Parts: sequence; C-alpha cells; structure tokens
Amino acid sequence: MAMAPLETKIAAANGSVRQRQLIIILLVAVALSAAPFLIYPMFLINVLCFALFACAFNLVMGYSGLLSFGHAAFFGSAAYISGYCAKTMGLPAELAILVATSCSVVLGLIFGWVAIRKQGIYFGMITLAMAQVVYFIAVQAPFTGGEDGLQGVPRKALVSAMAPMSDRQSYFFVLAFFLIGFCIIYRIVHSPFGHILRSIKENETRAASLGYDVDRIKLIAFTLSATLSGMAGAVKAIGFQLATLTDVEFFMSGEVVLMVLVGGLATMTGPVLGAAIIIAMQYYLSEFGIWVKALHGMIFIVCVMAFRRGIVGEIGAYLSRRRGASD
Amino acid sequence: MDGWAIETSGLTKSFVGFVAVNNVNLRVRKGSIFALIGPNGAGKTTVFNLLTKFLPPTSGRIMINGQDVSALKPHAIARLGVSRSFQISSVFPQLTVHENVRVALQRKNRDDFNFWQTDRCLSVLDERVEELLAAVGLGDYARHQASDLPYGRKRALEIATTLALDPSILLLDEPMAGLGSEDIKGVSALIRSVAQGRTVVMVEHNLRVVAELCDWVAVLQRGQLLTEGSYADVSANPAVIEAYMGNSHA
Ligand SMILES: Nc1ncnc2c1ncn2[C@@H]1O[C@H](COP(=O)(O)OP(=O)(O)OP(=O)(O)O)[C@@H](O)[C@H]1O
Ligand SMILES: [Mg+2]
Repeated sequence: MAMAPLETKIAAANGSVRQRQLIIILLVAVALSAAPFLIYPMFLINVLCFALFACAFNLVMGYSGLLSFGHAAFFGSAAYISGYCAKTMGLPAELAILVATSCSVVLGLIFGWVAIRKQGIYFGMITLAMAQVVYFIAVQAPFTGGEDGLQGVPRKALVSAMAPMSDRQSYFFVLAFFLIGFCIIYRIVHSPFGHILRSIKENETRAASLGYDVDRIKLIAFTLSATLSGMAGAVKAIGFQLATLTDVEFFMSGEVVLMVLVGGLATMTGPVLGAAIIIAMQYYLSEFGIWVKALHGMIFIVCVMAFRRGIVGEIGAYLSRRRGASD
Repeated sequence: MDGWAIETSGLTKSFVGFVAVNNVNLRVRKGSIFALIGPNGAGKTTVFNLLTKFLPPTSGRIMINGQDVSALKPHAIARLGVSRSFQISSVFPQLTVHENVRVALQRKNRDDFNFWQTDRCLSVLDERVEELLAAVGLGDYARHQASDLPYGRKRALEIATTLALDPSILLLDEPMAGLGSEDIKGVSALIRSVAQGRTVVMVEHNLRVVAELCDWVAVLQRGQLLTEGSYADVSANPAVIEAYMGNSHA
C-alpha cells in the first residue's frame, strides 16, 4: 500500500515527461518551418548539411571512439558524384543523392576494411592517408572540374516535378534529408547495436571476451557513419548547387572534428549546435578571412583544455549534477 | 561429462628476450574445478591469455572440448562457451551495473548487428539481469555507474557478467584478489554453486580457497609446469614449497 503514492508519482512524472517532449517537438517543428522566412535560407542549408555531416561523424568519433581524420573523403566524393549525376546526367536530385550515398557505402567499407584493425592514432593516420588518395583523385579526375569544381548543379527534384527549386524550397528539401539522417542516427545510437558499440568504446578487450566480434561491429559503425556523411555531402551539392575541392580536402575533415567537439561528443544535439556555431562564424566573420581559421584553432584549444564535454555535454552534466544534488 | 575440457600440448609463449610460458601440457577434466597456481610472474595470466587467444602462442596446440582452436580469435573462443574474468577487474566503467550485465546477455540475444530496433526491446533481459546481480549480492546497486563501485563489488560485477554468458568453461583470474574475508566466503560459495555442470579453471593466490574448492592443482614456475595433482599432494611437494618460499624471499 505504501508503494501506491510512489507509483502514481512515477506515472505522473512519466506523463509530464511525455508531455514536455511533445511540446519540445512542436516548438522545434514551428521553428524549423519559420526559419527560412526569418533567416537567409542558403545559410540554413549550409548549417543543415554540416549538422548532418557532424552527426554522422559523431557516430564514429563519439559513439565508437574511433578517431577518423578522413571523413571529408565521404562528404566530398559524394558531393561530386551527386553533382555529376544531377548536372551532367540530368538525374533528379533525389536519385543523384541516392547514387552518391550508395557510393559512400562502398567507400566506407573500403576505408574501414583497411583501417579498422589499427588502434587509436594509427587508425586516424590510415584514414587520413586514404582520404588524401581520394583528394588526389578529385584533383586529377576530369569530371570534377579541377579548381572550379562542379558549379551550377541544377536543383531539379521529383518533388518539385523537375522544376528548379527556389532557395526556400531547397531549404525544405535539405531539411527533409537532414531529418531522415538525424532519425537514422538516433535509432542506431539507441538500438541494441548502439549499446554494444558503447561497450566496445568503453572496454574493447572485455567486449571481445564476451564474444563480440569487435572489428566487425566497428566496421559496421564506420560504414554507417560514412554512408550518412556521404548523404550530407550529396545533399549539400544539390542545396548549394556546388561541389568543390574544399568539400574533399583535409581541412574539411578537421572542421567536422571541431564541430563535434564544440557541440559535445557523444550527444545527439551537440554536433548540430557545433555545426551552427562554426558555420555562423564563417558567415558573419568572413571579412576577417584567414583569422577565422586562427579563431577555430583557439576554440579547439579552449574546448580540449577547458570544457571537454562540449556545450551540450557540459549543460547535460550540469543538469544531472543538479538533479543528483536535489535528490 | 567425460574427457577433457581443455588440453594444451607444448604450449609456449616467448616475449622479446624471455619465455613466459614454456612447453606447458595441461589437461583439464570436464566438470572439475582446476587451480593454476604459482609465484608472481610464473606465467599464469599469460596461459589464460593464450587459452582465450588474446595472445597468439609462439608454438604449441590448444584443444577446447576436443576442438583445435589455433585459428580462432578471442570472440570465437567466447562463442565456444569459454568465459573469462580478468586479473585487474574489467568492467564497462561508464555503463550502469545493470547495463554491464545486460550487454553480456545481449550477445545471446543475437543483437550484434541489430541497429534498427529501439533499445526498449532490451527489457526482456531485465529479469535475468536482476537474477544475476542478486546472485553476486549487487541487487541494490543496479542503477549505479560501474566506475562508482568499490573494488570488491567491481569484481562481483565482473563475475556476474562472466556468468551471464552461461559458459561451459569458466576461466577466473584471481577472483578473490582485493576481497575481504566475508566477500571471499560469498564468492567461494558462488563459484562452488556455478561449478555444477561446468568446468572452472582458476588462478588463485589464496591457498585456503584453492584447498577448499579445487579438485586438481597445477603449479607453474617460471613458465614451466612444476607439478600437478590433488591439493594435498601438491602442497606436500618440497619443490612447490621451495618455489613459493624462494619467491617470497626474493
Ligand atoms: N605482453 C607482454 N609483453 C612482455 N612481457 C609480458 C607480457 N605479458 C606478461 N609478460 C611477462 O610474462 C611474465 C609472466 O606474466 P604473467 O602475468 O603471466 O604472470 P602471472 O603468473 O599471472 O603473475 P601474477 O601472479 O603476478 O599475476 C612476467 O614476467 C610478465 O612481465
Ligand atoms: Mg596474473
């Protein structure tokens, strides 16, 4: 009998949590729909593409503990392939994205296959070396347009009945892909597989002694991450009508690390926030040119030294500390 | 339950400059509790690492339940029903106590590549997790983070995780190390009860525990098998006494 009040309390708490979640989802939906009428749509498209890229990268760096320095290879190559399919072959945007994303699956498997047996920094070095090969191909191959890249990629999609989409329409097009990608990542992280992945990140030896084929599970996680990174790049080429060497070069691999670290490693929303901050800096501080990169470097140092959990991670830790104290 | 759970022949492991395990022939009878003892640095943990393939042998052969396991990797050994604990307790520090055991049960649940379902489906494992935690006296700690547990309880957690796999062969590397006398009694009783229908190989420095639990004792010294037999025989062997005394004075 004494248990009854407690149980009702818990039920009520669960109910209010459910309610609060619903309210948050509604608010986010309203904000996302209103955003392109308040903010420059191309800026939002940029943020969404990199937010998806950062979330996908977080799957490897945050949730698997694998340090990849080569993720630009997936993002950039998919941007080229999607741009090429849409521009030269005249495929609808959705199909171009599908083709490019499928290519990222293969590229991810190849990278993973070669690198996964290596630990820590060696893993990073191998991914970096392979990404440099991809960069070299992008520089040399005839269809990438060399220094100019692929410009004027058409934004003709099946959903727009192959009519060119406006910036604002493109925003919603990109948003749809972002949401699909984000939900897939959420599902992976909160799946039975996601729990095993966490255990491997925590203690690889122990996971192996429990019978988990650690290399294969890491390979799957890496390939999923590569696939979604590729999707981000493919969508970016459409939304931005542009695929260039910037997308595939080493600096891009570094930038996505920064986004994840600033926002919060192994958090769901951290990479989104991190991407928004870094992209906003590029936009609004662009007159300072090269100094923006110096600022990036400084932010990186501050993150590593002062708040390792990133913004979302620190807030989460603060909240759970307070909850702990009030108990 | 006839025959040998583990057989090694000519098992050897050399590291740069010296031989940690030297031509060891071990046979562990199915269903027995087998002790591997010896002074510090004798190579006991290395033998465990060889048996579970965490280290590749330099030479020699290992048979588990009559099967040659030379080509297998550690996870495949685990899948043969061999489950081990580690000398320095090995848990998943950032997971809760409950999750630590559950992740072991997930392997039997064939979850390895299940990345499309929600983790709510894991609740079917909760009951078994609670049973296992209760068996090692951790029932009240289920929601704690593993890293917050004191050392003795981490050991208990590791044993619960090891048992979760329902192994046919259990390898325990110093299960009593760091435990108080009360906990030692508890874990001894636990080992005795789980040994029903299983084979247990344990490395243990606490000779009272060995005397009480083990059917067979093998003594390792500087990588070599010194002698083996019942505890009474082995403990009366002058060479064994010498090995232990020599070491404790060194
Ligand atoms: N990976 C390794 N590389 C080099 N030497 C090693 C390695 N692992 C163990 N050794 C050495 O092999 C010898 C045997 O070590 P092992 O850990 O097997 O001893 P042990 O019998 O378990 O000792 P203890 O009772 O202290 O746990 C030691 O001298 C140790 O330093
Ligand atoms: Mg040892």
